[in-house]
Amino acid sequence: MSKEKNNNTDIIEKEYTTLNLGPTHPATHGIFQNVLKMDGEIILEGESTVGYIHRAFEKIAERRPYYQITVLTDRLNYCSSPINNMGWHMTVEKLLKIEVPKRVQYLRVIIMELSRIADHIICNSVIGVDTGAMTGFLYIFQQRESIYDIFEELCGARLTTNIGRIGGLERDFSPKAWALIDKFLKEFPDKLKEFENLLMRNRIFMDRTVNCGPISAEKALGYGFTGPNLRAAGVDYDVRVMNPYSSYEEFEFTVPVGTQGDTYDRFMVRQEEMWQSVSIIKQAIEKVKKEPAGVYHADVPEFFLPPKEEVYNNMEALIYHFKIVMGETDVPAGEVYHCVEGGNGELGYYLISDGGRAPYRMHIRRPCFIYYQAYTDMIKGTYLSDAILTMSSMNVIAGELDA
Amino acid sequence: MSNTLLDTVNDKLKAKFGDGVLSAEMHYDFPVFTIRKDIIHDVIKFLKEDEELAFGFLTTMCGLHYPDNKGHELGVMYQLHNLPKNLRIRLKTFFSISDPHIPTVTDLYPTANWMERQEYDFFGIIFKGHPNLKRILNMDEMTYHPMRKEYPVEDGTREDKDDKMFGR
Amino acid sequence: MSTIQKSKIEIAKAPEGIEGPGFFATQVDKVVGMARANSLWPLPFATSCCGIEFMATMASTYDLSRFGSERLSFSPRQADLLMVMGTISKKMAPVLRQVYEQMAEPKWVLSMGACASSGGVFDTYSVLQGIDRIIPVDVYIPGCPPRPEQVLDGIMQIQELAKSESIRRRDTEEYKNMLAKYNIE
Repeated sequence: MSKEKNNNTDIIEKEYTTLNLGPTHPATHGIFQNVLKMDGEIILEGESTVGYIHRAFEKIAERRPYYQITVLTDRLNYCSSPINNMGWHMTVEKLLKIEVPKRVQYLRVIIMELSRIADHIICNSVIGVDTGAMTGFLYIFQQRESIYDIFEELCGARLTTNIGRIGGLERDFSPKAWALIDKFLKEFPDKLKEFENLLMRNRIFMDRTVNCGPISAEKALGYGFTGPNLRAAGVDYDVRVMNPYSSYEEFEFTVPVGTQGDTYDRFMVRQEEMWQSVSIIKQAIEKVKKEPAGVYHADVPEFFLPPKEEVYNNMEALIYHFKIVMGETDVPAGEVYHCVEGGNGELGYYLISDGGRAPYRMHIRRPCFIYYQAYTDMIKGTYLSDAILTMSSMNVIAGELDA
Repeated sequence: MSNTLLDTVNDKLKAKFGDGVLSAEMHYDFPVFTIRKDIIHDVIKFLKEDEELAFGFLTTMCGLHYPDNKGHELGVMYQLHNLPKNLRIRLKTFFSISDPHIPTVTDLYPTANWMERQEYDFFGIIFKGHPNLKRILNMDEMTYHPMRKEYPVEDGTREDKDDKMFGR
Repeated sequence: MSTIQKSKIEIAKAPEGIEGPGFFATQVDKVVGMARANSLWPLPFATSCCGIEFMATMASTYDLSRFGSERLSFSPRQADLLMVMGTISKKMAPVLRQVYEQMAEPKWVLSMGACASSGGVFDTYSVLQGIDRIIPVDVYIPGCPPRPEQVLDGIMQIQELAKSESIRRRDTEEYKNMLAKYNIE
């Protein structure tokens, strides 16, 4: 269409519109600014501006003791903060060479997979909202509420969980938590099926999403894509399989891959991952049952805060408590990189320790930040409404993007 | 396995670049190489294009600042990944803060674009040949590079914090 | 077998007034206040984590529409209530201020969460230490992030403010002086 117009350039001078999409635009979920050059409704080129909620995580981390950095990691990808927490704990455990008991690893897998479901629920229901289907969002969000209930029972918080400690979990799963997880596993598949039925073969939904914002596998790799977005493009890279952590190698699950790398594929990959997560949680529950009950942390008194009763009644516990809180425990010097499969892809922590109470340097590989730079490339030549859909299907989370 | 990877890469780099490889050692599960600044681009290009190693994926990169390390205050860390064989290595290079220039790798990995902008923003490392090197996360008006060790993290305008007793 | 169930929907109570056969007399302030309070159009200025809790507040379990606030107005011109949710960085501050200036009177501001209210845990060079440095705030909600119940409570407090506000308040010297302190025309 644009070519035909170009032939007429000698008659009518062509004008382009500049459209400022963001930073507070109703259709962008979060604060992203894209200055688009438009030819009618078609995007010719765009430039992204990011950093609107830059909070200087890496700088703060250089001033805080290790256990306080967990609080920061919550606020990275706030849709799935438990995965970030666990990633950070495992990084520090790797630095300290702490071996975590099997039961704790399985419990962590349960938490991480629950939060993966919570993350994908947001992304997929928002894709629905952007195609005009609010119903799916309202239906499936109730399931997210039941995941919140589980987290609340496990750690006391809903969204920014600060769950777990270096060396294990801060407390064991309560019987109520197990009951809530069981209830969730019973209810969720039906609800997810219902959500799928609403959208998956829906004519309008497919018309909007199929072939919308596609990216080829080569390009995706070049742009550093990881996670569901890369898998939608057809590359079966999953950190849980490639570099297993927390005993993921003992679990049976498939890594779903797409072919086109378009919005529909990204939706489908996330959808399938939720089913896989349900299966992983079920396996983990079986595995936990075989382990000795009551173990919820490694035996590392110099890093794991003792329970309060111990602190008040036991001299050694009091000393350890004081040492941990005041940051006087010995941390080995060294550098370590650990990555987990976050909601959006490979979430990596690169940590340099010089033996002090705080890291010397902490760098976070934030998957959103790395793949969002492909956005302007992906929306070139598409309609504006498709650009919105492409963004929501990439699941760009502002907190992770800007750090 | 990783030890053999360290040796393989080290042998290949030594054969090609000689004494440009300043050190090669294992840090936990990662082979880490320190490379001289002037050949870093060639080394990464070689590692990407070598048929056996083929590090085709740039996982991440970040700036480093060691103020006490005179003459080599600033550094950059690159982390490369060979996805099919699952090999990971880390490269480091250090240079003086008075001459913070280093060749860009955006021609090899498009993903380095924003990563390099971020490190420019944080540390003031100038990546030569970068297509659009300007601040990314902070405001354009900012006059310093906040991640350098000498700058404080705090905002400085807070009056309600009393640090006499506990410090920060 | 159809039984007529009593509707659970409560209609907003009429303000105090003198009532008689065929007439009802009250103050204009109160009627306007009641109307304003029960149809607040919020402008969600959601930047980070609190925005997700706001989504939960909007969704089925907590259901903000019970308070007449389900109509999100993304245009500042038609909004009554600016809900600032999440960290506001110094880069974002001018944008927030512009949005506030674009809103028509009467307008209320709700600051949700620790970051918006005071900077929260992010006492850093890039984060604005509380939005009350650039715009006046009516209600603060503590928490990081606050629970949806707290958000509902915050909205109800705004409703109380809207109910009790006299229609001429925005013309008073006091109000103009307050805006002048923030250099807002």
